[in-house]
Amino acid sequence: MEHLISLFVKSVFVENILLAFFLGMCSFLAVSKRVETAIGLGFAVIFVQTITVPTNWAIHHFLLAPGALEWAGLPGVDLSFLGFISYIAVIAAMVQLVEMILDKYSPSLYAALGIFLPLIAVNCAILGGSLFMVEREYNLSESVVFGLGSGTGWALAIIAMSAIREKIRYSNIPMGLRGLGITMLITGLMAIAFMSFSGIAL
Amino acid sequence: MNILSAKNMKFVKDPLMDNNPISVQVLGICSALAVTVQMKTAVVMSLAVIFVISFSNLTISLIRNKIPSQIRIIVELAVIASLVILVDQILKAYLFDISKQLSVFVGLIITNCIVLGRAEAFALQQKPFASWLDGIGNGLGYSMFLLVVAFGRELLGSGTLFGYHIIPESFYAAGYQNMGLMVLAPGAFILLGLFIWLQRTITGTVDE
Repeated sequence: MEHLISLFVKSVFVENILLAFFLGMCSFLAVSKRVETAIGLGFAVIFVQTITVPTNWAIHHFLLAPGALEWAGLPGVDLSFLGFISYIAVIAAMVQLVEMILDKYSPSLYAALGIFLPLIAVNCAILGGSLFMVEREYNLSESVVFGLGSGTGWALAIIAMSAIREKIRYSNIPMGLRGLGITMLITGLMAIAFMSFSGIAL
Repeated sequence: MNILSAKNMKFVKDPLMDNNPISVQVLGICSALAVTVQMKTAVVMSLAVIFVISFSNLTISLIRNKIPSQIRIIVELAVIASLVILVDQILKAYLFDISKQLSVFVGLIITNCIVLGRAEAFALQQKPFASWLDGIGNGLGYSMFLLVVAFGRELLGSGTLFGYHIIPESFYAAGYQNMGLMVLAPGAFILLGLFIWLQRTITGTVDE
């Protein structure tokens, strides 16, 4: 249990998927202009990430890893080269599924998320989370916690960023630095702030 | 048709400065910055991205009239993912050390927004050869930023370029120190921010 809490804290703060691994920058830059939309997208990412990482864990563990097809009587088959295309298909399918479920049972949340939900399919943080799960050889409970933690870390970063960007809207920034440039510099400062968590271990 | 005609050269040149995928279109910053600690990994990553984006543009342009528009995203992703698997297998076979260093970031080319963005915005409407050139141009525009950031980070952070020491020993003896911040994540954000500032001042792009 302690080990899982420590993994959660590590994936939210110390190894923040956005600020330490640069994943999900596109939507981070495009959607961080307003706090409400940032909160909506942040929660959608937490949700999808928590579902897709364990699902991809199951795909990897029971279908693709070397020797994984032993239950089907094929112990010598190694399908791990099919990893990328299966994970992205799972992610696209999951996003579609989540979209349909939300549309049916919670139309208000569905309307609030709007266009951002389908865009999550091409968010690097989601595919990155699944690839890290495979590379670091997490087990099922670890992959659930890692999915939740990395999604939360991403949401935290984008919500904080959108609040800062609303504040600097009226600041007098040099012409060429406006928009993307200043956002990158602020992200850099935020990454330095998050690095101060790096001594923490439970 | 002249291969080096002005129109064709424009497809390649435009994304380098005036319509740069990173600083102007704001696409594809994801996944790439993490490989800019060293020049070597940045060069390999650039070549991989140029390969994937040019051939995904070419393939999608060739089958553009056959793709039903409702399922085009998944078709595009399938084309891109197959090309990325090809690159990943080649790297694992011939450049195993570098492929270990790049770790998950080769796979993340699939979700690099430039690749999907160009497929959507260009390859679905244009002829194959023009799409291929557009892919090369956008790949180069992206590589330019990647290499400039990697140059700054490796030189300031480790005092080396491609693994060779550039800063002479006498500098260290006189009290010069490598800048540890550049090796870490914040260094990449700050350097990229500064380069975007420089590039936008030159081209005069302003975004509100």
